Amino acid sequence: MRRLPVSEASIRDRAAVVGIGQTPFAKSLGRSEYDMALEAILAACADAGVAPRDVDGLVRYDMEQVDEEMLLAALGNPDVRFFAGTAWGGGGAASVLVVAATAIAAGMAKHVLVYRARARGKQSVYGAGKHQGGRYWERLEPELPGLNGWHAAHGLVAAFQEMAMIAMRHRIEYGTTDDQYAEVAVAFRAHAVRNPRAVMRTPMTIADHHASRMIADPLRLFDCCIETDGAVAMLVTSAERARDLRQPPAYVLAGAMAGGGHHIRLSTFWERRRADDGAPRAGRRLWAMAGVRPADVDVAFFYDFFTPLVIMALEDYGFAPVGEGGRFVEGGGLAWPDGRLPCNTNGGQLSEAFIHGFNNTVEAVRQIRGTSTAQVPDCRLAFVAGGNTDPTGAVLLRR
Amino acid sequence: MTTREAIVARGVPLPVPTRDNAPFWEGTRRGELLLQRCAACGRFRHYPRPTCPACLAREHRWERASGRGTVWTWTIVRGPTLPAFEAKVPYNVVDVLLDEGVHFVSEVLDCPPEAIVAGMPVEAVFVPASEAITLVKFRRRAPRGG
Repeated sequence: MRRLPVSEASIRDRAAVVGIGQTPFAKSLGRSEYDMALEAILAACADAGVAPRDVDGLVRYDMEQVDEEMLLAALGNPDVRFFAGTAWGGGGAASVLVVAATAIAAGMAKHVLVYRARARGKQSVYGAGKHQGGRYWERLEPELPGLNGWHAAHGLVAAFQEMAMIAMRHRIEYGTTDDQYAEVAVAFRAHAVRNPRAVMRTPMTIADHHASRMIADPLRLFDCCIETDGAVAMLVTSAERARDLRQPPAYVLAGAMAGGGHHIRLSTFWERRRADDGAPRAGRRLWAMAGVRPADVDVAFFYDFFTPLVIMALEDYGFAPVGEGGRFVEGGGLAWPDGRLPCNTNGGQLSEAFIHGFNNTVEAVRQIRGTSTAQVPDCRLAFVAGGNTDPTGAVLLRR
Repeated sequence: MTTREAIVARGVPLPVPTRDNAPFWEGTRRGELLLQRCAACGRFRHYPRPTCPACLAREHRWERASGRGTVWTWTIVRGPTLPAFEAKVPYNVVDVLLDEGVHFVSEVLDCPPEAIVAGMPVEAVFVPASEAITLVKFRRRAPRGG
């Protein structure tokens, strides 16, 4: 690909993903997040050929319940000298990797673990804490001092209901259709059918999508990600160190983060122009740091919390003009192998598992290694984005 | 008590006034929709916050809004929801663009799901939900006057 001039502030090509690991994914595993996290982390270290005691950095989603202290106690008290978290849930699916690469570029750590463990299946509620497994929103406090209070008293209590309102606005402005939503769900399901790790492996048609029940207009059940248990982890190190390890490195070509609107604060969501929202801003910085453009990307991973958000993300990150994301996905636009841009080749959160987007990031590494079950031939450049209705981030991984 | 029973017993979650927004909730108890308005540049804002997002001035007034606006976007909740709201499924939730230029999340009362369209004119009504909290809901209104 042709390289464009690159921006100055840069983590460009400084770090690489050298190990990936995961648990099985299922609607219910009956295991603790702590236990699942350790299985995934040890697998990632083994995959990389790095001893867990040599881990010296930890980056997690800040709502991750398996914290640094718990990991130290379980990993034989390694000398962890850098630890950080990224806020805003699924917005962090790529940002955690940006933070890990930043730590490595700054020389603050050499082997950084990045991980996410989630008992999120409906059967997995194991405690009364707000974020302890299961449906967090069912445990909203009866009195709400925070921003939730502006929504929840009117019956807007869960992320999918807030996303429905954001998706409805996109339909109002651009005429996005049910058929276009279905294209996203059907493409990703077809990827999951090929993936033995995926939870949802029954083939889906556009008619199947339309027949699924309406949850919160315009979202049907099959527009929504699944709720699962599982954990994923990756080990990140410097580009130099990566060349000595056993796996083909997935270099972090570029990464960017950007604050912006959040679905839990709808009253301010439309306060800024869409072009000034988090995802478009992160996108502009990402492309400038990488010196490549969207057309150079071989495979992309969008935060597929809900089908219309994938359509919006295609626009936010410049893969399609604003208002044209719906047309971009038509005719199997996101499907492997022949779509215009194969996306979420693991089946995504709609069909593989809902590990807060981080399972998509792991699959991006598989694509760079050439080991996906829906492998893009000669895959050199993979794009990964966090949730685009949160403060967010995105990364480009390269061979 | 099971977790489920405990959730049901909690009922409708209501806001708790804070130091940032107490005047808003005092206003709704009197049947007034109050919005912060920047004393320097005149811009309205919601949610309440200490500074104006346009000019960063801290000085502001709480000003009575018209209560009128139009539906910017909406959803009809049909699927899983908090037990406190299950009996009223399907119900609407709307984002109203108030005439003052700010967005307000609420519900349009007495409005069948299929009647809601973007741009539908609405006006605020005040619905007591507890001793301390009166919620701002909306009703349909004629496009002009009414």
